[in-house]
Amino acid sequence: MRIMLAAALAAFVSPAAAQVLRGPGDFSGIADQTERSVALFEEMGKVLTHPRCLNCHPVNGGPTQGDDMQPHEPPVVRGVADFGAPGMNCATCHSAENVEFVGSPGSIPGHEPWALAPLSMGWVGLSLGEICAQIKDPERNGGKDLEALHEHNAEDGLVGWGWEPGEGRTPAPGSQELFGELTRAWIDTGSACPS
Amino acid sequence: MIKLGVNGKEVTLDLDPETPLLWALRDELRLTGTKFGCGVAQCGACTVMLDGMPRRSCVTPIGSIDGSEVTTIEGMEGPEIEAVQAAWAALDVPQCGWCQSGQVMSATALLQLVSNPTDEDIDNAMNGNVCRCATYVRIRQAIHDAAKTLEG
Repeated sequence: MRIMLAAALAAFVSPAAAQVLRGPGDFSGIADQTERSVALFEEMGKVLTHPRCLNCHPVNGGPTQGDDMQPHEPPVVRGVADFGAPGMNCATCHSAENVEFVGSPGSIPGHEPWALAPLSMGWVGLSLGEICAQIKDPERNGGKDLEALHEHNAEDGLVGWGWEPGEGRTPAPGSQELFGELTRAWIDTGSACPS
Repeated sequence: MIKLGVNGKEVTLDLDPETPLLWALRDELRLTGTKFGCGVAQCGACTVMLDGMPRRSCVTPIGSIDGSEVTTIEGMEGPEIEAVQAAWAALDVPQCGWCQSGQVMSATALLQLVSNPTDEDIDNAMNGNVCRCATYVRIRQAIHDAAKTLEG
């Protein structure tokens, strides 16, 4: 009972931390290839819909922040280059790496580059099926084919920041390596989308 | 050893590379015009120019900017800062004044980038500069006035 209570409390305090990312091998029991592909994408969805990704993939103006996805503070706007307003762009506060605060808990996140995903890549509030169709669409994903999409998920530094987000932020589930393996398996099984 | 250009002079800092630039400016170089407000990039009081662009010095470790050029409120020059200072004085913008060097830095940066800013441009650029005396209306007007001065 005590253990259950502790687990429930931990989940309440940080629901994002409770997520575990399974690997491609965990889906080998699904005989139908398309069903397996859908299941693999749904597993990728744990990363895609994690606050570390969603906060900078908004469907409107500026970013959100934190595990509870509050509006960014101070208020910021997307700007014409997805990099904030003239006179206060992302680099006014964010640098090439996470920086721990001095004298206070927490840190300010950073990476080079640091910017919002373009509006065409916003997916806050979309279903996994909609996100899947969106990220496969070169018209909306920055001209990426599936191989480029795999490279993005498996190698891109800003994607990788999601697993090293600095003090005060829950990392995305699993690892970038595992996310890349899931993406590979999803592509190899036909890159099917949830309905 | 970290080397920086500060207000046009080369300085060498024998400090922990993790030291925030704000600490180095105020405690080591005695440039106290730049203020500590929150220490977490929420208020803008510590704004300086880093290689010509506004930057919150409280979250900028000196080790991350080795070789950069820093300009503080003490070292600002040019038509935009002069127009901003004149407009600030004419409208008596500051009340307690604590945030004002950061406000002036951000306002000057905005005018360097956008010569005739709209209210929206001003709000977007100045949102990160908090004033607990709530001088926001005068700040906005002073920026408009400075823009008019720069227009000639």
